[in-house]
Formats: sequence, C-alpha cells, structure tokens
Amino acid sequence: MSAAVVPGTLPEPMAPQQPTRRGAELALLIIVWLVGSLAIVLGTLGAADEIPGDVWTVIGITGTAMLGIHLVIRWLAPYADPIMLPAASALNLLGIAMIARLDVAAAQRAQRAGNEPPGSDALDQAIWMVVGVLACAVVLFVVRNHRNLRRYTYIWGLLGLVLLLLPMVPGLGLTIRGATLWIQVGPFTFQPAELAKVVLTIFFASYLVQTRESLALVRRKVLGLGVPRGRDLGPILVAWLLALGIMFIQTDLGTAVMLFGLFVGLLYVATGRRSWIVLGAGLTVLGGLLAYQFFGHVQVRVKVWLDPFAYANDEGYQIVQALYGFASGGTTGTGWGRGYPQLVPFAESDFIFAALGEEIGMVGAFAVIVLFAILIQRALRTAQASRDAFGTLLTTGYAIILGLQAFVVLGGVTKLIPHTGLTTPFMSAGGSSLLANWIILGILLRVSDHVRRPDPVIVRADDATTEVVAAP
Amino acid sequence: MSRSLNRLAIGLLILMVALLVQLTRIQVLQAEELNAMPGNQRTLLTEYSRQRGPILVDSAPIARSVATDGSLRYLREYPAGPQFASATGFYSIVFGATGLERTENEVLSGEDPRLFVDRMQQLFAGRDVVGGSVTTTLNAQAQLAAWNGLSGKTGSVVAIEPDTGRILAQVQSPSFDPGLLSTHDSKEVNDYYAELEADEDKPLLNRPLAKTNPPGSTFKVVTAAAALESGRFTPDSVLPGPATYTLPGTDVELPNWTGQACGPGGSDEVTLAEALAISCNTAFAWLGVELGDDALRDQAEAFGFEESFETPQKAAASRFPADPDESQTAQSAIGQFDVRATTLQMAMVVAAIGNQGTTMRPGIVDEISAPDLSPLETFRPQDFADAMSPEHAAELTDMMVGVVQTGTGSSARIPGVQVAGKTGTAQTSRDRPSIAWFVAFAPAANPEVAVAVAVEDAGTNEVSGNQLAGPIAREVMRAVLAS
Repeated sequence: MSAAVVPGTLPEPMAPQQPTRRGAELALLIIVWLVGSLAIVLGTLGAADEIPGDVWTVIGITGTAMLGIHLVIRWLAPYADPIMLPAASALNLLGIAMIARLDVAAAQRAQRAGNEPPGSDALDQAIWMVVGVLACAVVLFVVRNHRNLRRYTYIWGLLGLVLLLLPMVPGLGLTIRGATLWIQVGPFTFQPAELAKVVLTIFFASYLVQTRESLALVRRKVLGLGVPRGRDLGPILVAWLLALGIMFIQTDLGTAVMLFGLFVGLLYVATGRRSWIVLGAGLTVLGGLLAYQFFGHVQVRVKVWLDPFAYANDEGYQIVQALYGFASGGTTGTGWGRGYPQLVPFAESDFIFAALGEEIGMVGAFAVIVLFAILIQRALRTAQASRDAFGTLLTTGYAIILGLQAFVVLGGVTKLIPHTGLTTPFMSAGGSSLLANWIILGILLRVSDHVRRPDPVIVRADDATTEVVAAP
Repeated sequence: MSRSLNRLAIGLLILMVALLVQLTRIQVLQAEELNAMPGNQRTLLTEYSRQRGPILVDSAPIARSVATDGSLRYLREYPAGPQFASATGFYSIVFGATGLERTENEVLSGEDPRLFVDRMQQLFAGRDVVGGSVTTTLNAQAQLAAWNGLSGKTGSVVAIEPDTGRILAQVQSPSFDPGLLSTHDSKEVNDYYAELEADEDKPLLNRPLAKTNPPGSTFKVVTAAAALESGRFTPDSVLPGPATYTLPGTDVELPNWTGQACGPGGSDEVTLAEALAISCNTAFAWLGVELGDDALRDQAEAFGFEESFETPQKAAASRFPADPDESQTAQSAIGQFDVRATTLQMAMVVAAIGNQGTTMRPGIVDEISAPDLSPLETFRPQDFADAMSPEHAAELTDMMVGVVQTGTGSSARIPGVQVAGKTGTAQTSRDRPSIAWFVAFAPAANPEVAVAVAVEDAGTNEVSGNQLAGPIAREVMRAVLAS
C-alpha cells in the first residue's frame, strides 16, 4: 500500500511562487454579490412593486458572509481554488433571490385571504447561509490537513449510519409528506441525511484507500470481465442493502440513489475496474425493479413520470405545474417577479429550479447547470491534482454527490427522470442542506489549498498509510 | 486513478448535458404545446395580468379592462352590454375569445410585434404591460338605431360606408351580454353559456356575418344589374310580366305576390324599372332564364358572393347555386331556390351599386393604436371588384329610388333625402316564417350609407319587408346622415 504510485496523481512541478489567486476570488465574489443582490431586488420589486424592508438586511447578511469566508480563506487556506467559493455563492444567492420573490407571493396570498403575512423565508435562508459559512470556516480551521480525517474511518461510517437512522428514533423523527427524513428538537427541524452524505463520503474514501488494491487486483475472469472475489463483494452489497433499506424505511428514493451512486463511482475510481460499474448498474436495475415491485410510492413516481398530465390534478400536479412554469418561461423567462412560480407546490425547496426556469428562462437555467458543472469540474480537478489517494477519492466523492444530487433533483423537476425528493444543492430553502453543502465546500477548499500549496507538505512518518512517495 | 477519474468526469458531464437537452425540450421545443394545454392556468394568469387594450367606438370604449383585487388582475367589461356583441365577441376564461377580442388579440394583449418597443419600455419603467387599442369603424348612432330597431325581433343589420367598405353598424338580435361571459367566476360563465346555448333563438349566433338566408326579392337588384351589364336591357326594356310564370321544364306555376299581372292596368307587359319597383316575380324569373345562370352567378360573384370576407371577423360566404337547370335559374333570379346571402353580403351589394358599381372589401377596424395612442395601422379602403359600370350603376340607382318613391319600399322614405332601396320577403319553407329584407342606400346620388336589414321571424306577406325591415333601414340611414 505504502508504495502505491498511481500514474497521473502526481502534481505538476510547482513554480516557486504559486499565485494564491485570492484577488481573483474577491473580484468574482463582488460580481456574484452585485448580480445576486440585483436579482433579489428585481425579484421582489417585480412581484410587489415595492422592496420589502428585510431585502436590504438579506443583501447585507449575504455580503458579509461572503466577505467573511473570503477573509477566512486568505487566512487558513490561501492557495485554495479561487472559483469554488464564487460558484457556490452564486447558487446560494440565486436561491435566496427566488425565495425572497416567493416570500412576496406568499405575503400577497395571505393578504388576499385576510391572514397575517408569513415570516420571511429569505431572511431565514440568509441566516442559514451564515451558519453554513461559519461551518465552512470551522472545517478550514479544525481540519488543517484533510488526511487527518482518515484517522477515524469507521467512526465516520458509524456516524453516517446513525445520522441516517436518526429520524426513526421514536419521539425524534418527523414525518413530512409521507417521508420520515427529519428530526425535530424543540422548534428546530433537521434533515440528518444531508450531513450523512458528508461523513459517509469521508468513510467511503477512507475505506477504499485501504482496500482498493485487493479490490482492484484480485479477480477472476468471467465473460471477459474481471470479477471480484466473493469476499470483496461484501462492501458493495452492504451499500446496496443500505440503499434499499433507506428507500424502504424512509421512502427516500433520492438519498438512496445518491449514496449508492457515490459508492459505485468511488469504487470505480479507486480500482479503475469497469466491472464495478457494470455490477453497480446491475444492482441498480435490480434494486429499481425490487423497489418498483414492492414500494407503492415508487410505482406512483414512475406512473406520474410516464404521463404526468393524466394525473395533473392529483399526484402529477406538482410536476405538471413545474413543466407549465418552464414552458411559460421559454428561452429568456418571464422576468424576475413576472411569472407565477408560486403555483408549483414547494417552489422554494424541491422545485426551486422550476421557479428559476420560469422567471429567468432557459438561459438562466442553463447558467445554474453551468455553475454546478463548474463546481464539479473544480472538485474533479482538485481530485486529479491531489498528491494522495485519499484526497483524490474524497474530492471525487463530493464531485459525485454534487453531480448526482443536481442531476437527480433537476432531472426530476424537468421530467427527465422520475421525481424523487432531494434538495437542490446550495439553492433550496432549508438549513440542513445548505449547512451540509457549505461543509462540503470547506473540505473541497481545504484539499485544493493542499494541492496548490507550493511547498511540498512533509508527510509525517507516523502516518504511514497515507504516505505519498514522490516520483523519481 | 487518472483514467477512471477522466471517465467519471465525462459521465458527470453527460448528466449535465442531458439536463441542458431536457431544458431545451420543455422550454423551447414543447413550450408552445405546454402553454396551450387546457389546464394551464399560467397562460390565463399571464393574459389577465396585463391591462388589455380597449375596443373603441369613436373614443368611447365598448370593451375595456378594469383592475380587480383577485388573482386574475384585470376584468373585461362591456359598458354597452349586448349591443356590440356581434362585433366585440367575448373574452372568457372558460370559452376563450371570439369576435374582435379574438381577431385583434395580439394588439389588445400587447403581444403584437409592433408593440415590442412599448412593451420593453413598460417593462423597464416597472409598469405593467398594457395592450394596444382597437378603434372600430362603427357609428354609435347607427348602431343604436339598428339595435333599437331589432329590439324584440330575430334578425340582423349591417350598414356600410359605400365608398370605403367601412362597417357602420353590425347588430344581431337576439344578442348576449359579453360581460357575463367574461367574468372570472367560471360557474357563472358556464351557467350563462348553457342558458344561451339552450335558447332556440341562438343568441350566440353572429347573424350579421355567419347566418346565410335566402335573399328573396332583394336579389332582384343583382338580376337587374346582370341585365343592365349584359347590354341587352335598359331600365325601359319591356319584359313579360304575367300573373304567373310556368317554370321551364315543369308545370309548376310561379305566381306574383299580388296574384296579378305586373303591367300598368293589369297588362302582361312591364318595363324593367317598373318590375323592380313592384317586385314582379314573373318578369324577373323570365329575365333570369333569359340571362342564364352563368351571367347571374358572375354578377353575384362580382358583388362578393362565394367569397369569405374577413372584416377581420370571418364572414360566411354567400352562395349562388353551382349548376341550376332553367326552372332553378328562374327561382334563383328572384333570390329563392338555393341562393343564400349573409346580411353583410346584401349590404355590400347595395353599397357597390351606390359606389358607382365598385364593390369594396368590408372592414370594421378603423385604427390600431399603441398604448400611448400613436396609430400603428389605419383603415385602408380596398377594392374587391368592379361589379358594374358607373352608368349602369346610376341607372340601377334610379330604379331603386323608384322602389322607395313609388314601389314597395315606401317605409324607407326620408324627408329631403333621396333613398334607393329594395324590399324582399324570402321563404325558407312553407311552414316556417319568412325572412323580411330591406336593402337601401342614401343619399342616392352620393351615398354615405348602405344598409341591409334581415328580420327572420316575419310573416309570409311580401309587404313584410317594407313593414318590418324598411323602418329599421330608414332609422339607421337617418342616424348616419345626421352624424
């Protein structure tokens, strides 16, 4: 293990004075903040003909949060990737702009019905952004070297499982819309699966660094494919059963797909063996068929996906409204505040992408997808450049999570695939999701800082399993 | 790990590209289809979020949008109720739009490409998008006169400005209140619509443009025009006008409505001018056969038969039978058999005669304006065909003046004004009430208005055209001449 040198994971020879690129990051952040603030103002102005007072508070909070984390990065991770933070902030601000605009619609509806106006979700979301940014800063502060995370491999795994199972604890779990994904402590609700994906990625990456050689090298040939030994199949089967379990007990199709995809993807990257992909795909199909056979809610999802308009007034209402929204937006959108995104139930959370597609059109929706693609690409670049296998697998894992989660939720709301409830990373209203994604960003920034740091990091001898041997 | 990492990167990229493709499908390729889905309230909400432009007569709105507190932000109102329904149509959340509300929708809704700059200005100024306005050619007094005249009757009136084709009055009776079909309460709308549908007098039928009736004796002006245009006849030509005419090839006798011969003192001989004045069936039946069905059809088509005009409201085409035998030609020459005409068409016939023989295309849109009232398009008169030479048109005009002064059309006389006209009573079948017609224009020498009136629940007497339809025509003409 200690002598494993995989071609291509070695860094390019560094220039003596590697620029930190913090200036570029600041410039991008300022642009993002200006554009985002304009979107928030236009959205509320377009919907209400006046700017609600807390909009300025929201803009101030987001600006402070972005500037704060930028300064923290200058201090703790000066060589971190300069694109990741602006891209994530842009997604976060776009989400807040749409949530602020939906607040206006909710206030108008309450006024028409003669009710008290509801609280500002946008303000909540901005505060959650601050919490997320703080968590990101804490990650940068505590985790000075990402390889330290490897020390607790099985603790991460256990923590991930506990988080996944937490909603099932009697008296703690909270069932919303038929899915038991939340826990409630006092007035706070939290979706522990969001944090589970963060720690399970650390676990998977750490576990695979230890076992990838035996998984990659010991094989039998069957039908031209190298097939792993039975005993090596254990982990993937456990992951698969875990996914089915989540699907069955918590009716959370999205998280199951994401976690299983994460594991299979990491297996493939760790071992370079295509048979894992084939096996994973086979198990996905099998799992899908089993789920379809035995779980009513999966059948409903598929049925609605195949012909949403036949169920336009019941199970298909949400997706049909989303499609109408996308269509009415067309190429350039109705304009901020000029559409009817509030017609889609849960437009501020699961369906925020449909709301954006309506008001800023295909052009704006493309921009959102490109922002995700940029984040994923920067993460994979960091993975590629990482000097240690753990860093590679960790950042790859988060790239897969971002990519799969974006695909599953955006594909779901655009009817590309059956809809499964997942939050849109950095965009959907909701604290757990935002917090988890900012933590992920913190880890990505930490690894990228490590990768771009000019002076080679001296590996401590006591940490033999993570030792990286320099190329001759 | 590098190779598998690259492949994974490509895999994730493919997922992102799949999203882009799907977005293109639903936001561009299928967007129109999705927007048109029946249950899509977004399309409706968008439509009702804009202040739709008004439809005007002179400068008074006959359809306008007013702000509401509801989720549909503007309500369509029709201040004159059912009076202009034939022209405006309705604008309903349940049944869509009809009439000018439909044909001029692009301008009224503000979607018209010519309003693009206005739309952008309004958008940047943060104001709501407002639609353009449509000013009709209708004359408020003429419309009111026609509306009052048809009150309690079933029928329709169309008045036209002869030298331009501008529609001055377009009224149907019974009518409906477009405002009640345009409320935002879909139950009310459905109930009212069901009531209208159930009404056997068909108040939703746009009688002036969509209903064709046998024109009866009013068609004799077309036959007379064909006779003059043939060069073989003058107003003074003597025609056989016995008490009955045996339809060629049959033993069916076609009588005069008086039961007597048409000539002075009961003689069988009558001039063309006299025959028209007293609406002599036997003379015109004979004349039709003499001219032949082709000559009659050509003349009818030059007046606009067989053409479906768009004012821009689409009108039904009027018909002359395609291949009648001689007996059928004889009946067609007096506007029976399978001849069918809209009220609009008969107004166009007399308008063309008054306009020195030139048929004009009818139109009801006088001006289309941007929200700031700057005109985008104004009415342009368009020739349709030269139906008659000016000389023959003048001769026929004199003959029609005779109808009003000395013949069957006495009820249309206006003191101090020469009126040219023709009565008609058409039977659709023996047991159904006949249709009383009156077509006229005035002043005869240089007409300002041509009018056609059809009253459908008339008695069976030839004089009913004069009694029922004539006074309505007179009042409409007086209203135009007074304004």
